[in-house]
Amino acid sequence: MRAVAERLSVVALVAALSAACSSAPVKSHVHAATAAPPAPARTTIALPVSALSEDQRIIHVLNRLGYGPRPGDLERVKEIGLAAYVDRQLDPGRIPDDRLEASLQAFPALTMSVPELLHSYPEPDPKLLAKAQSGEMSQQEIRQMAPLERRPARIAVELQAAKLTRAVLSERQLQEVMVDFWFNHFNVDARKGAVKWMIADYERTAIRPHALGKFRDLLLATAQHPAMLFYLDNWMSTKADLVVRAGPQRGRQMGLNENYAREIMELHTLGVDGGYTQKDVIDVARAFTGWSIDRPREHGTSVFRLPAHDQGEKRILGHILPPGGGEQDGVRVIEILARHPSTARFIATKLARRFVSDDPPPALVERAAKTFRDTEGDIRKVMVTIISSPEFFSREVYRAKIKTPLEVVASSVRALDGELAPPAAAGVPQPGGGFALAQQVGKLGEPLYQQQPPTGYPDVAEAWVNTGALLNRMNFALGLTANRVPGVRVDLGRAVGSADRRRPERVLDVLLGSVLQGQATSETRSVLAAQLDNPEITRATMDDRTNTDVEKLAALVLGSPEFQRR
Amino acid sequence: MSCGTRRAFMKSGALALLGLGSVPRFLVRTACAQSPGARPKVLIAIFQRGAVDGLSMVVPHGDPSYYALRGSIAVARPTAGNAETTVDLDGFFGLHPAMAPLKPLWDDKRLAIVHACGSPDTTRSHFDAQDYMESGTPGVKSTQDGWLARGLSAAPAPGASPFRAVAMGTQLPRSLRGDVGAVAMGAVADFDVKQDMGRSGGGVNARSGFESLYEQGVRDILHGTGRETFDAVKMLKAANPQRFPAANGAQYPRGRLGESLRQIAQLIKADVGLEVAFADVGGWDTHANQGNERGQLAQRLTEFSQSLAALYRDLGDRMADVVVLTMSEFGRTVRENGNRGTDHGHATAMLVLGGAVKGGRMVGPWPGLAREQLYEGRDLAVTTDFRHLFTEVAGRHLAVPTPAPLFPGFSTNPAKYPGVLV
Repeated sequence: MRAVAERLSVVALVAALSAACSSAPVKSHVHAATAAPPAPARTTIALPVSALSEDQRIIHVLNRLGYGPRPGDLERVKEIGLAAYVDRQLDPGRIPDDRLEASLQAFPALTMSVPELLHSYPEPDPKLLAKAQSGEMSQQEIRQMAPLERRPARIAVELQAAKLTRAVLSERQLQEVMVDFWFNHFNVDARKGAVKWMIADYERTAIRPHALGKFRDLLLATAQHPAMLFYLDNWMSTKADLVVRAGPQRGRQMGLNENYAREIMELHTLGVDGGYTQKDVIDVARAFTGWSIDRPREHGTSVFRLPAHDQGEKRILGHILPPGGGEQDGVRVIEILARHPSTARFIATKLARRFVSDDPPPALVERAAKTFRDTEGDIRKVMVTIISSPEFFSREVYRAKIKTPLEVVASSVRALDGELAPPAAAGVPQPGGGFALAQQVGKLGEPLYQQQPPTGYPDVAEAWVNTGALLNRMNFALGLTANRVPGVRVDLGRAVGSADRRRPERVLDVLLGSVLQGQATSETRSVLAAQLDNPEITRATMDDRTNTDVEKLAALVLGSPEFQRR
Repeated sequence: MSCGTRRAFMKSGALALLGLGSVPRFLVRTACAQSPGARPKVLIAIFQRGAVDGLSMVVPHGDPSYYALRGSIAVARPTAGNAETTVDLDGFFGLHPAMAPLKPLWDDKRLAIVHACGSPDTTRSHFDAQDYMESGTPGVKSTQDGWLARGLSAAPAPGASPFRAVAMGTQLPRSLRGDVGAVAMGAVADFDVKQDMGRSGGGVNARSGFESLYEQGVRDILHGTGRETFDAVKMLKAANPQRFPAANGAQYPRGRLGESLRQIAQLIKADVGLEVAFADVGGWDTHANQGNERGQLAQRLTEFSQSLAALYRDLGDRMADVVVLTMSEFGRTVRENGNRGTDHGHATAMLVLGGAVKGGRMVGPWPGLAREQLYEGRDLAVTTDFRHLFTEVAGRHLAVPTPAPLFPGFSTNPAKYPGVLV
């Protein structure tokens, strides 16, 4: 693995946002020096009148369409205008993201095809494992033969690290949120068999290109990808009573597997109450027979096996697929499901739940579903309907969503302008700041790319708020502010900025301003101010701007009830 | 916490050790009505998520259709002297060989098995079926709370401990959502504000700082949970469950379920007032290559049964107060599918074990596996509605008053109970 010497600074990165979006000089004293020539703003989205103040609307957008504001983001969006910012986010290809791209160079597995990954990250030789078990070779000798960074598990490590790196650093914040949303919607689990070699390619080629594209394309890409074919067993599903004629499985009797057929309707398209029956499940399964994988652990690419395909007639949701459809049967099913009104409603509901509230307003869901139907599932247009709705900017939903573990970790690092160290050079077991953060996300209850059930992770508060999880969130805040998360650095001195350190109340107000954008309740402020009466903090604050107590004060702000909301 | 131990706890000055500015809420709640020394009954609920194949877990080796419908995945008939065959229980049913660690419990009459148990709802969706089983309202999605939370809320709460209900894991399961204030914890050792995450030294006390933040008057899910959190943290620190190693030579297997049960046993021994514990275990969705005496499912069952057996051994005499109930959202197809696995089915088998169990018996009518006996021609039919079983176990063991609020809109009575408790 290539060693990357410099730390990746979030601070330096914010310039890119300015450069991409600003049509006026950047005023922020921190970033002014790196401002670049403006690109012309092109506004197409019309934002509604709202009871929220301008600041609140911007904060709301930064929290909902991204992983929370960084210091200075509020001012920068104000500068270019909120509508222009949203427009830009809806068109991520136009946003330069060079620094992120540079930092992702540290993760070579993320650019490889499945066959390349199988070749580059091979399973340890079973003969070697046998030697280790019999004591013929030591663990260390084995390890030297298959170094850590060439083991299959490394792929998921890089994927996790990259996810946090993107969430924290990317200028294309909405794009990253959408990728997270769709990956979760079309969940696969890195721990299931050969999926570990396929999952990085799955996110890159099946999810990411379509995150704001056409739902039908997204559905087809996931259906055809070996990661999904393996995860939901479709690669093994064949017409009834097929007998394998050649190869190591010769003579083995195969047959139908319902797993993918059920989940594509229940979880990916129609929803469980979308109007399908067990008969539909069976015929969808028959339609997808033959959609398989060429040697999952050696080559790992998708393949259609005609001999395994059930060529009989299928009846699915009132449609008849005539006999002899071959590979096109599955494509027909995708078309039927993508156009079904239940799918429009189901997807609209899930998007509104993610972006608006746990109980999305029915009228908004109806309008978003209509957009979905009218545009043949144009995800970007559905998002425009949601973001430009009065419901999205209503007072009731402002800060009403509880952050998921990923959101709380990424937004904490962003709020403190944290820097992520790249993974260390080959042979050094330091996987970098992104991976350390991903481990924290796992500890808070959301181990990334490792959700076993196909439902993905839930998107409602009840799932994430419980005693143990709250303690873990507080402990993460304490660890982050004390620079105890390996590979992640926050500079509280910079966060506190020019505040007069002889006046702890001023320090507190600056923290509340930069982390919570002044949105802390008066109760929270007074509770925190009461902490300042402690003579220790007063004295220490005067002595040293990054002393323990500023750390803890910052931790209290990050662990506060307000910061758990977005 | 039972009253006797709570008094002892106060007397011992453990409170002073906590360095508390105020008396924790759990100590100032309603006066204790129980006699000193009384210990609460404990129900441990274990959810096998993903729909366990009841027909492999508890094999109907006497049903001729079983071997006819399952070519490669059937578990071999009991054969004396061969440990890789079904462990016979009553001449008709037997345990999967990986479940052999539970055979001594059966022989001791501490394990009862309810076969062909499940939900009246016909869904084959994992998510819906789990949701229905945990909310306790099959077919109704609007139910807000879980059946165990409702039951515990209705049962007498003498100690008012913050640890009446504990789920091991990072998420609170649906069964325990509600106003009972259930605690979720990944691990006992992690259940505290880690002061030392910051550098040592005086100054801001992080725990009291966080506590003050969540103590504020706002009534919402975050603040409510926050308050419960700090009550629980203080109590756990005083009770120190980690001082109890596994006893009686019990050896928990590696893995999350074993870890969960080991820590539940610690909480029981530490007398924190635990009444309902919840653990879940996944990996049962065996659509492909599920295996027979050996293989994928056998490995899961090994961990499962070793964990249960270790808990039973570890708790020793305390098992007199404990009942373990296992459940799964539905069973799997009777016929093997095209990939040496099984698809989503209907009824499955549930285990009840503990000191108060009338064990060594198969409970509930067997519907049979002949084609005309199968549900929708493919699945094991349900002959015991899980709500009768759960009502008997939770209602009787936890003394939830009747009519129990466990399953709204469902009528049951002792005559309909399967009869698993003494």
